[in-house]
Amino acid sequence: MSALPPYSSTAQITWYYAFRVICGLIFFFLIFPIIVIAPLSFNAENFFTFTPKMLALDPEGYSLKHYRDFFTNPDWQQALWNSVRIAPVATLLATAFGTLAAIGLSQSHVPFKSTIMAVLISPMIVPLIISAAGMYFFYSRIGLQGTYWGVVLAHAALGTPFVIITVTATLVGFDRSLTRAAANLGADPVRTFFKVQMPLILPGVVSGALFAFITSFDEVVVVLFLGSASQKTLPWQMFTGLREQISPTILAVATLMVAISIVLLTVLELLRRRSERLRGMSPG
Amino acid sequence: MSSATTDAAISATPDDGVVRAADGTPLKKSLARALRREKTRSFLLIAPLLLFILISFIAPIADMLFRSVENNIVEDTIPRTVEALKEWDPDSDELPSEDVFAALHADLEIAVKQRIHTRLGSRLNYEASGMSGLFRKTGRSVRRMDEGNYREQFIEADEDWGELETWRVIRRFSAPYTAGYFLNAVDAERTSEGIELKPENERIYLTLFNRTLVMSLAITLSCLLLGFPIAYLLAHLSLRTSNMLLILVLLPFWTSLLVRTSAWKVLLQQQGVINDFLVWIGLIDDANRLVMINNQTGTIIAMTHILLPFMILPLFSVMKTISPSYVRAAKSLGANDWTAFWRVYFPQTIPGIGAGAILVFILSIGYYITPELVGGTSGIFISNRIAYHISSSLNWGLAAALGTILLALVMLLFYVYDKIVGIDNVKLG
Amino acid sequence: MKLKTLLLATAASVAFAAPAVTQDAELPPCENCADTMTLVSWGGAYQTSQQKAYAEPYAAATGVTVVWDESSNEAVAKLRAMNEAGNVTWDVVDVVASDAIRLCDEGLARVMDPETELAAAPDGTSAADDFGDLLVSECFIPQIVYSTTFGYRTDVAEWNGKEPEDICAVFDLEAFPGKRSLEKRPINNMEWALLCDGVAKDDVYDVLETEEGVAQALAKLDTIKDQVVWWSAGAETPQLLADGEVVIGSTYNGRLFSVIEEQDQPVKMLWDAQVFDLDGWIIPEGLPEDRLNRALHFVKFATDTQRLADQAKYISYGPARASSAPLVGTHADLGIEMAPHMPTDPNNAKNTFLYNYTWWADNRDDLDAKFQAWLAQ
Repeated sequence: MSALPPYSSTAQITWYYAFRVICGLIFFFLIFPIIVIAPLSFNAENFFTFTPKMLALDPEGYSLKHYRDFFTNPDWQQALWNSVRIAPVATLLATAFGTLAAIGLSQSHVPFKSTIMAVLISPMIVPLIISAAGMYFFYSRIGLQGTYWGVVLAHAALGTPFVIITVTATLVGFDRSLTRAAANLGADPVRTFFKVQMPLILPGVVSGALFAFITSFDEVVVVLFLGSASQKTLPWQMFTGLREQISPTILAVATLMVAISIVLLTVLELLRRRSERLRGMSPG
Repeated sequence: MSSATTDAAISATPDDGVVRAADGTPLKKSLARALRREKTRSFLLIAPLLLFILISFIAPIADMLFRSVENNIVEDTIPRTVEALKEWDPDSDELPSEDVFAALHADLEIAVKQRIHTRLGSRLNYEASGMSGLFRKTGRSVRRMDEGNYREQFIEADEDWGELETWRVIRRFSAPYTAGYFLNAVDAERTSEGIELKPENERIYLTLFNRTLVMSLAITLSCLLLGFPIAYLLAHLSLRTSNMLLILVLLPFWTSLLVRTSAWKVLLQQQGVINDFLVWIGLIDDANRLVMINNQTGTIIAMTHILLPFMILPLFSVMKTISPSYVRAAKSLGANDWTAFWRVYFPQTIPGIGAGAILVFILSIGYYITPELVGGTSGIFISNRIAYHISSSLNWGLAAALGTILLALVMLLFYVYDKIVGIDNVKLG
Repeated sequence: MKLKTLLLATAASVAFAAPAVTQDAELPPCENCADTMTLVSWGGAYQTSQQKAYAEPYAAATGVTVVWDESSNEAVAKLRAMNEAGNVTWDVVDVVASDAIRLCDEGLARVMDPETELAAAPDGTSAADDFGDLLVSECFIPQIVYSTTFGYRTDVAEWNGKEPEDICAVFDLEAFPGKRSLEKRPINNMEWALLCDGVAKDDVYDVLETEEGVAQALAKLDTIKDQVVWWSAGAETPQLLADGEVVIGSTYNGRLFSVIEEQDQPVKMLWDAQVFDLDGWIIPEGLPEDRLNRALHFVKFATDTQRLADQAKYISYGPARASSAPLVGTHADLGIEMAPHMPTDPNNAKNTFLYNYTWWADNRDDLDAKFQAWLAQ
């Protein structure tokens, strides 16, 4: 695939280029919907489509008013604040519990390992609507429905599988003789953990934490059922906005969120490279 | 001879050639102790999360399972009537005795005071239509009833009390547990003649389950169709280029679900970007804009886009490991491009296809948000129905039963996934 | 029929009364009351009108923090969940009359005493008499009379210059082609379908009581089913109309008012066969004492004569008190007379349909199930 051999037939050459065009179209399908919202969010009108002025690149067709609305409207600001208040706490819980459990699971003799693994991974597998339904009923019974901690606990539970998976992945390549060497040299287990193990699995922990963060930050189904007005998060506000009072402010928020995604993605990519370098798995 | 006594015997005689640890205990014993310690330590590391997940996640699921069969409401609301009805033979052609009506009067008087009788009516209405109205109407007149001769007064209040079927329904559903919600969830009902399917125009859940499965399959297929070329391309480019292009796959993956759904709403509307473009280039005229949203098309397009990365990533990771020498060998043995691809390369991608397809399928049958926003009425899934029963119709038992069936389905698929791929091999990004 | 007479009387006085002098009764202090309060409403223009007419003046007078929750369309479900948990987080909830009846029946809403817990009219008329027949449930404090009616676009080329004149235009795909939007529930839709299928207005509920009647209504709806976009939130139809996604659609009249008058869209009202309904507050059962005191204090303030009249400055819904009608004036921003935009205005109320609360309370569960099954097919 990398290059076309000089002896290719016409059919082969045609296919070679046709295939690239097809792939280009699929990439376009993947990326276009995400890109298209950015210019639309600068629309000077309250429409969801390109106005003639915008197409003529007339500066009057563009404005920052939807961004202004986002930053001044108390509903959106409250939603942003709630997201910021919920996601980090959920992430912290998920990462702490998840990392410990992943280290525990990586030991060689864990009884009922596969059952435990299945239970711990289940929040990722069970459809969100079922998790939401179950939590709604159960949290109602114990008085957590509609509370801050109810939402935080639920989001932490949804985030842990990602932490377990990413940390486990870094532990697979972990050389156990390093901890033994540390122990031999007289380090106690806590010191060994922080000085030897932690730096090596850190990329996994951080990317797990990012996953847990984005899970909470993006989550809407569970918070829709479990939350009350004072836990209304950004995705919730977007959801009601899309269903009820559709305004292009949503596109402004969406554009900002894409920007956040790009930042997160970059961080993850850097982490992945660092992890591979540390573990000697890639020359880069 | 048991090993413990052997060990004891050995440790009593130090010079028997047994390997010992530094402190003098036999190595076997010391190893066993170390193993035990290691097991305890790993367990202690896992325990907090396990406990946390059990309480915050597994218990709610269990509670939901419980709700799908729980039926205390009848016994709690009209306990005396339930007790008195035990004497009555539902197969007889006679109405229950005066005692039962008197018990019902006593129960309803309390229930009306506590304002809980309409809830019971709503509950029984799930099993037989008309019960809700019956309890409401009777509730309004129960306070005015005179003592004695209750049967006549009840029948006067609402003639349904003179129907045998009314009493059969109450008796049938007076047990604290019921299969009624599950029967409802598969469009069946228990009548006097046994379990049978509901009349055609009232069937809805079988249709919905069916539609959920068919549409998820369509989404999986379109993901495969679009994902395969991309994964193939990525696997055959240089590392640098493929890493660059991979970002185009990962960016949508990392972008909020709601962002992508709103983007599709903007694109697919009748006055949206795609229709505007098609009108502009003259492919369609302004009066005949395409209807691509609030129907199945909308759901399939948007969800294909959302789930595509889940297909590409596993496919890509499998294709990366396929050595190019097999295809080269096939070609040098005279196979043309197509044969080499189809007979040699493609079979090696099957594990990736299996992993990606099951993952996409599992994710899509449980989807709620996207169908809700772009699916209209024909493009919605069973999840939307579950949400409807939780927040609008308040039939929580039925919501729980539908959820349980969906959960069972997902578990089954997940079991298959585990067999093919293994949970431990789930990779992210 | 008494309800209707009263509504028309309200309308008449709205139309002819001169703007009255605003008189603000001194707000009595609230003892042992919570400092924050969660109000539940519908979002959109309606919530804004409540915020301006009730919440902002109240917050200014008392310093209370008001939190809004836009969950009124799920109020019954959420209140039931909260009640089960014994943890009610809402203080005052805005619901339509039928939901209020249901909440009251199920013991989820608190029974009110209009004599002591609501303000009397300025002329001394008791609250019970001032609200009159509109107190359809013991738990319900009505705020407004609204109607569910249709709006249509005036620039549809395929209609060849014709405009819909009566409700049956909705079912006439030949003369008025295009997408329609209807509410995703049986209430109102079933009645309109029967009206347009030759059933007399007075017989509608008798017909609907029978299996055949339900089938008849659904069959009529079937004729337009594939042209219908179903909505569940009041703001959807206005948006769909403004975007041109539908050409005619039902919603609450106040929402259409804001599309037509405030956003200046090419949309007109079709008042024919509008269905009157009520919207108002309930206080959930089971509030702790300080929050209950706060809720009662707020409700007494927010449903007095002046406040109800104030709301009509922001949205075209008729106040539920007879004594508020003469105080209705002009729109706060647009400066136009609000009276001709009220659903109860004689010009708009030539042909109205009366919604039967008791009938729907008794039959809602049955018809909901049938309607939803029909919808899913």
